[in-house]
Amino acid sequence: MSFRTLSLGLAVATMLGGTALPAFAQDSIYVPLFTYRTGPFAGSGTPIADGMHDYLRMLNERDGGIGGVKLALEECETGYDTKKGVECYESVKGKSPVVVNPWSTGITLPLIPRASVDKIPILSMAYGLSASARGDIFPWVFNPPATYWDGLSMIIKYIGEKEGGLDKLKGKKIGFLHLDASFGKEPIPLLQELSKELGFEVALYPVAAQDMQNQSSQWLSARRDRPDYMIMWGWGSMNGAAVKEAVRSGYPMDKFYSVWWPGEDDAKSGGAGAKGFKMLNWHAVGTNFPAIQDIQKHVVDKGFSKAPKDKVGELLYNRGVYNSLLIAEGIATAQKLTGKKAVTGEDVRRGMENIKLDPARLKELGLEGFTDQLVLSCADHNGHRAAFMQEWDGTKWVKISNPIEPMTDRVKGQLDAAAKDYAEKNAGWPKRTEACDKAS
Amino acid sequence: MLYREAGQFKTNYVADSAIFPLREDRIGLTLIILAAYALAFLGNSFLLQAVMIPFLVFSLAAIGLNILTGYTGLLSLGTGAFMGVGAYACYKLMTAFPDVNVIVWIFASGFFSAAIGALFGLPSLRIKGFYLAVATLAAQFFLQWCFIRIPWLVNYNVSGALDAPLRTLFGIPIMGPNATPQTRYLVVLTIVIVLTWLASNLVHGRIGRMWIAIRDMDLAAELMGIRPLQTKLLAFAVSSYYCGVAGALLVFLWYGGAEYDVFNINQSFFILFMVIIGGLGSLIGSFFGAALIFILPIILGIVLPAILSPFGISVGADVIEHLRFMIVGALIIFFLIVEPHGLARLWQIGKQKLLVWPFPY
Repeated sequence: MSFRTLSLGLAVATMLGGTALPAFAQDSIYVPLFTYRTGPFAGSGTPIADGMHDYLRMLNERDGGIGGVKLALEECETGYDTKKGVECYESVKGKSPVVVNPWSTGITLPLIPRASVDKIPILSMAYGLSASARGDIFPWVFNPPATYWDGLSMIIKYIGEKEGGLDKLKGKKIGFLHLDASFGKEPIPLLQELSKELGFEVALYPVAAQDMQNQSSQWLSARRDRPDYMIMWGWGSMNGAAVKEAVRSGYPMDKFYSVWWPGEDDAKSGGAGAKGFKMLNWHAVGTNFPAIQDIQKHVVDKGFSKAPKDKVGELLYNRGVYNSLLIAEGIATAQKLTGKKAVTGEDVRRGMENIKLDPARLKELGLEGFTDQLVLSCADHNGHRAAFMQEWDGTKWVKISNPIEPMTDRVKGQLDAAAKDYAEKNAGWPKRTEACDKAS
Repeated sequence: MLYREAGQFKTNYVADSAIFPLREDRIGLTLIILAAYALAFLGNSFLLQAVMIPFLVFSLAAIGLNILTGYTGLLSLGTGAFMGVGAYACYKLMTAFPDVNVIVWIFASGFFSAAIGALFGLPSLRIKGFYLAVATLAAQFFLQWCFIRIPWLVNYNVSGALDAPLRTLFGIPIMGPNATPQTRYLVVLTIVIVLTWLASNLVHGRIGRMWIAIRDMDLAAELMGIRPLQTKLLAFAVSSYYCGVAGALLVFLWYGGAEYDVFNINQSFFILFMVIIGGLGSLIGSFFGAALIFILPIILGIVLPAILSPFGISVGADVIEHLRFMIVGALIIFFLIVEPHGLARLWQIGKQKLLVWPFPY
């Protein structure tokens, strides 16, 4: 009785066979973009999706693709939901994508073990599993340009410099407002280690995912504890709500720091009082770059983009552009390495490992000064690049510091332990068999 | 014509009280099971991995909730959390005892969630309806809190996530990245068939009648000698058992790795909608509900662009997503207006009509 529905499944099977795999021309490179323009996180997901799409579309329109091969772009809507993300992955898998970018830690985690089996590299740009920075253990996963541990160490370093030296942090109290999920909790061990070493006190303010928009209790306790600095690890609507609450509770905004995820709209939600709010970032905002002007000329003005004209060049839009820059660079490097035009996922994995975005290359791409240089290698899939601090001046982000190098010595221990732990827990984790390319 | 009772005589009580008294039903069921197994060899990996495995997992969870809500009349919003208990228990068991076959642990993990379910079912003796829903909501939040806060549950994993290690059955990998969708589908299908068969025997037997008696009027049931506490707790335990096994299957045989957030309140509602749309108090309804709520959006996602593109309308992935929401929402309302008792009732009506066809009486 209970299995009649399966016949429906059979009917679907025949249909799927026919429609699910539209044939792509042989001489194109298939790049699926996992995006989320719907759901509770759409506010940050939409500009990222626009930036990712527009840069690659621009390459298609301006240069006819990469190395003369058109990119076949396709968006798959995940809604930031793991269920739909995994469905997206399954639906694109058959079309031999050269790289996937899940844009959600929840979606990244199930895909990590599959990457090496399906031969599809994963680009989880500054999110996902921090330990996957170790290329020798995770040959198929890339998370440049910095891990969350790097990010935290940069913020502490910056605060220390402001105080006049890391040793001056002794006796200070640092609040850590974080999303109560693995993403937000990841930096805590490092924070506690640093607190022991440097002698500052840590106050944790976890925000559960279901009350991201209601942080009054956290800020009430913050008012009582009076932390000297506040560091935020938030995502989606949590960031905007935190800025609003901080302004309302009268917390000095120039003492309020965040990791790299808030956007303009989050800062704007605090009104004029949000002035002085600081966050880490690793790429420029604005449109003052030839490549981004090309996007405006070839994509936005021609109506190929979904982005409103004034949103081009905003923080999260440019974050999307940076993500696509890495995809494009991975493909271009793969073409150079293999001499093939239509590269595969395996080639792009090699390409990503040999990414070398130095200032000269960035200039060539029309992105001079857009970001710090990034060099990946066989062993290092992250780069651990420096980020800079930027401040909200009430209307826009202003860069206020030079690149801050992460405290690599302290971060490395955490990273190695985590990577080893992951490989051990997953008994039978495959040893890396992919050969390393000589640095070209 | 083909589907009729005439000529099928029952000569003993066993035959008369069989679950499928009609020969056609038995043949149909056999054919469907055979087709389901054949699908493993005919379907492509998208169909197996992204459609059939989740459909079976959700059907199993829906059966679990249906035992509680449909058969015993106790509303629960803790399904997601009970699924989580199963998943975490399975993870702990199989990492602590890697030598024991993982199938054993999948079945065993259900007992942990059964125990937790029975614990949170204790208030059901005193409260009913919406009040009980609130009590199970507490279970949902409390257990989710535990999943985040107790690192022991994930073996102190830094990422805080569950991941599926490599496990084999008869030397063939069935879990972990190397397991093919085909083998995983076969394992899930077999487990779901076994548990559905078990559930079917439970709900049609003495225990099921006790549950139904409690649902229809608990005072009368008590007067007839049915002990409410034991019966209700048993319903909670059995229901949570099914949810727990479904949770373990969801993480380890479908996703292959997951965060605590998979077991949030939305998951509970998702399953509850399946049960309501499919039909309360019906096993086949659980399958119908899972199909409507889970598979229909996927079909729409494939069919809609195919329908729209010949007209020169190319729509983005996000528009498709919005259309999916609207169409599925409209269909749910449509089905509930047409048949408030769910899809299972429609199915039953259809069968009744078929029995007398081509005559209208």
